[in-house]
Amino acid sequence: MTNPRLLRAALPFLTLAIVLAATFYVQPRTMSYFGLNLMLQYAVPIALATTAQMFIITVNDLDLSIGPFVGLIGVIAATALNASPVLGAAALVACVLAYGLVGALVHARNLPSIVVTLGLSFVWLGIAVMILPSPGGKAPAALKALMTVQTPYVPFPILAAVAIGVIVHLALMTTSFGVIARGAGGNPKALARAGWSMLRTKVVMYMLAGVFGLLSGLALLGLTTSADAHVADRYTLYSIAGVILGGGEFMGGRVNPMGAVVGALTLALAGAFLIFLRISPDWQIGAQGAILIVVLAMRALVTYGEKRS
Amino acid sequence: MSAEAIRLDGVEKSFGAVRALAGVDLVVGVGECLGLVGHNGAGKSTLMHVLAGALAPDTGRLTVGGIEPKTAWSSASSQAAGIRCVFQELSLCPNLSVAENARIVHGALSGFGWKARARTLIRTKLDEIFPGHGINPDDEVGDLPIGKRQMAEIARAFTVTSAPLRLVILDEPTSSLDAVTAEQLLAYIAKETARGTAIILISHLLGEILSASDRIVVMKDGKAVAARPAKTFDRASLMAAMGSDLNDVAVSEQLRPAPKPDAPVVVRARPSGQGAGSELIVHKGEITGLAGLAGHGQTKTLLQIFARQGAEVDGPMAFIAGDRQSDGIFDLWSIAQNVTVRSLRSLTRRGFVDPTAEAQLARTWRDRIAIRTPSMDNNILTLSGGNQQKTLFARALGSDATVILMDDPMRGVDVGTKLEVYAMIRAEAAAGRSFLWYTTEVDELTHCDRVYVFRNGRITEAIDAADLSEQRVLQASFAESGT
Amino acid sequence: MTGLRTHLAEKPWLWSFLAAALVWGLAVAFAGGHGGGEILTSALAFGTFTVIVGLGQMMVITTGPGNVDLSIPATMTLSGVIAMKVMDTDSAHMLIGILAAMGASLVVGIVNYTLIRLLRIPPIIATLSSSFLVLSTAISYGRGLRIKPPPPLAEFATVRMFGIPLAAIAICLLSLAVAVILKGTVYGRTVAAIGQNERAAWLAGLNVRGTRFATYVLSALLAGLCGILQSGFSGGAALNMGDDFLLASIAVVVIGGTSVAGGRGNVPGIWGAALFMYLLVTMLNIFGASPGVRLVMTGVIIIAVITIAGGERQTR
Repeated sequence: MTNPRLLRAALPFLTLAIVLAATFYVQPRTMSYFGLNLMLQYAVPIALATTAQMFIITVNDLDLSIGPFVGLIGVIAATALNASPVLGAAALVACVLAYGLVGALVHARNLPSIVVTLGLSFVWLGIAVMILPSPGGKAPAALKALMTVQTPYVPFPILAAVAIGVIVHLALMTTSFGVIARGAGGNPKALARAGWSMLRTKVVMYMLAGVFGLLSGLALLGLTTSADAHVADRYTLYSIAGVILGGGEFMGGRVNPMGAVVGALTLALAGAFLIFLRISPDWQIGAQGAILIVVLAMRALVTYGEKRS
Repeated sequence: MSAEAIRLDGVEKSFGAVRALAGVDLVVGVGECLGLVGHNGAGKSTLMHVLAGALAPDTGRLTVGGIEPKTAWSSASSQAAGIRCVFQELSLCPNLSVAENARIVHGALSGFGWKARARTLIRTKLDEIFPGHGINPDDEVGDLPIGKRQMAEIARAFTVTSAPLRLVILDEPTSSLDAVTAEQLLAYIAKETARGTAIILISHLLGEILSASDRIVVMKDGKAVAARPAKTFDRASLMAAMGSDLNDVAVSEQLRPAPKPDAPVVVRARPSGQGAGSELIVHKGEITGLAGLAGHGQTKTLLQIFARQGAEVDGPMAFIAGDRQSDGIFDLWSIAQNVTVRSLRSLTRRGFVDPTAEAQLARTWRDRIAIRTPSMDNNILTLSGGNQQKTLFARALGSDATVILMDDPMRGVDVGTKLEVYAMIRAEAAAGRSFLWYTTEVDELTHCDRVYVFRNGRITEAIDAADLSEQRVLQASFAESGT
Repeated sequence: MTGLRTHLAEKPWLWSFLAAALVWGLAVAFAGGHGGGEILTSALAFGTFTVIVGLGQMMVITTGPGNVDLSIPATMTLSGVIAMKVMDTDSAHMLIGILAAMGASLVVGIVNYTLIRLLRIPPIIATLSSSFLVLSTAISYGRGLRIKPPPPLAEFATVRMFGIPLAAIAICLLSLAVAVILKGTVYGRTVAAIGQNERAAWLAGLNVRGTRFATYVLSALLAGLCGILQSGFSGGAALNMGDDFLLASIAVVVIGGTSVAGGRGNVPGIWGAALFMYLLVTMLNIFGASPGVRLVMTGVIIIAVITIAGGERQTR
């Protein structure tokens, strides 16, 4: 019996390998330290945002506000954090707490997370625009230095992505709290029957999403060096796509942290690959949509095979 | 065995008009295996949910080890008191591994190395109960076949960390187990009770109950009607204790319509679990009963017929749900809209639903089936359960359907309504409509021309009206393999 | 007073009109009592576009939890771009331009439902993925210069009768039609039934698949129509013309009293909510609020409305 689940787990890595091989084939010069560094540098903030989204998806919700949130963090870090580190840090912490509050609201009132987070996205964007009406600000020097660090042998983005994947995997897949969090997505009734508080679980997961959104905003700022409220608008879509590419499912608490990071890498790489292919930039987003659909179609096929066996 | 593990006194519980528990007293001694039997709807599951803290009884007293619990009885306090349940609906998380599922019920499994401890805990217990089980603690539950899932859940119920183990409730624990593993479980029950754990065993396999239990309690109509040592029972006496007197037989005998074997066949179906063998056949104007224990493939067969998959049906169909909330009612709509929804197409004139014709249809059926409401424009939820059910009958009978499928439609319906509806069904059948009637109430089968008894998704017996007796239906429902 | 209160409880959409009136009153009062009519006229003009996509979104949302069309902005853009390019400022090509744009929207709707059905993925993801492709098609097809709409189209989108925009009157009639369809046809009843309980709808003999298909197609067609009118109104199609409509389409449905849990649509409420949203922005503008404050207020109001209105019936 071939194991379709194994196949499904391997699918994200397979996709990444194919895109990587295709990129090397089209543009052999990318097969170098600097080539990879350049192609993958934006993979780090995308991977962090994808991880944030994954925490929300784990408890069967969806976050449509993560993009503007990442933008807001960048804006705060490029302005308040420079002017007054204490105030800036406090503002960033408040943002994370706000995420937890939203989780509590969604759970307590049993609200559809899409509508709430869609409204929330306007709140984040509005605050960001209030602080910084037009692009500007300056990234703290330490962030810039961190994001452009030249690590020996292996480019920094790859090391960072692997580190994110491993840390989140350990936290979500191996700790005893991670079990409760995933169980809350898999069978909430059974969890409640065993005496666990669903409210607490949801708040913690939303706050974790807030923390990773925060890290994503800082990482992105380190790369762009100046802030823009709209810089990460597309991250909402990227993060959802990344989780899905990485083998996660929308319902049932089936997520895969390593896969999500790999999905984010694939998305970042696909952008570069499409440029090398000389596909017009017009089709950049379209091609990403097509990749998403193809992967979902492959998954549907695998699931179909699973059901039949 | 004088010490009590748990005791219930005078527990009552009603759901609307239905009295699920009518004053039950139950004592389980320390180290005792108590067999609990009864036909569908006797109140076994409700009673177990009360014990587990999932349902609050209307009245009654509960004591644990002779002491009344200080706080309100809930899932958490029942858990803390060492009560574990294996219910029929699985309470494992399908996306987690077997070991991780053990973690969910054990708060103590945390901190460094919890996973290794969880693996050992569950593996040891699996080895103890089901030697040679072939389950890896790291297997994801969703990947396991149903039998192994059930084994994992049973083993989990017997694992002990910080909380003591007082009572384990096993509700149909062997329903998905093969003969060998079922035997292993029964052997383990004996071992576990010897250690002082109390066990309540619910099973429709009477052989299992007779061999594994120390004492047997028989429930009927929400009461415990017999409680004696297991040795004093045998299959026949147990069956007799469960059954009800076939009341009203004389009356229904006269009312029963004549069988119509010469009428054209309108439904021909083979249940998906059937393989080769007998088919389900319905003639025009017949009332066909589907019987057997709940969840043995009757509803599935009805749905299969409704979807016309593996079934030939001549004529339009309508479906009357028994589970009103999930299968029947549109709870934002008025009573009238709930009645007419099945007939919208025939009410359409020039593309639009004719409001006059719609109101007319609703009024007609309010009068014919006596839906008690000041206005058919009131929301459906303003009706009592019985009247909601009548609305569903009106929906089906008011439509153009010639074949009516009924999925245990009298659940939670009061006696008066039932009698009205029985009469209506007979009248409609006499007028040429055909009925497929799944019912968990044996009495209702007396209205049928032929009864198919289901077991494990298959038809085990077809009984004509003339040969129908409760004993025969019970026999076929509880038929064990080889008998 | 109690009479009014029960009236309001029965007709949740009245709230959106009351809120719109309140905001309008505040704006006019702040402006010293001037320009009330002018504000209302432009609110009608701008609100009209939101109403069109809101109608489609309402039908989709009414088919039950999880159903939402995120491809509306991309479809609008594609339709606007195709219409402008095919028409090429020539009034003689107007009909064919409209047909081409609506045809493309029809294809989007079919693709959306096909993805939902074949890949068995939640509508959010299906419409999101397809919107990527649709947007790229629009970008690629509509490269280059902004093409002006043919004069009759521009006129239709901007002309006023007695101070009321003609387009608003037309869309008012369209809304009426949608309301009648929702209440009085088998299709409309099926949409509401599926939204309350999909399984019960199937067991009641209703055509569940066909209805969901028709609903996604309808939403795409309305988005396409909005794209054409919007291009006529603002002097051509722009690649970002749909951006504001994603949130707006959902917001007007939610604020307008449609049940987010499905099963109960509300057409008049969409009008009230669309006017309210526009008037709110106008009021904040008159108050001198920055764009940031306007965005925050929009978001906060949506969250507030869903918090108050939602959670009523999500026991399934």
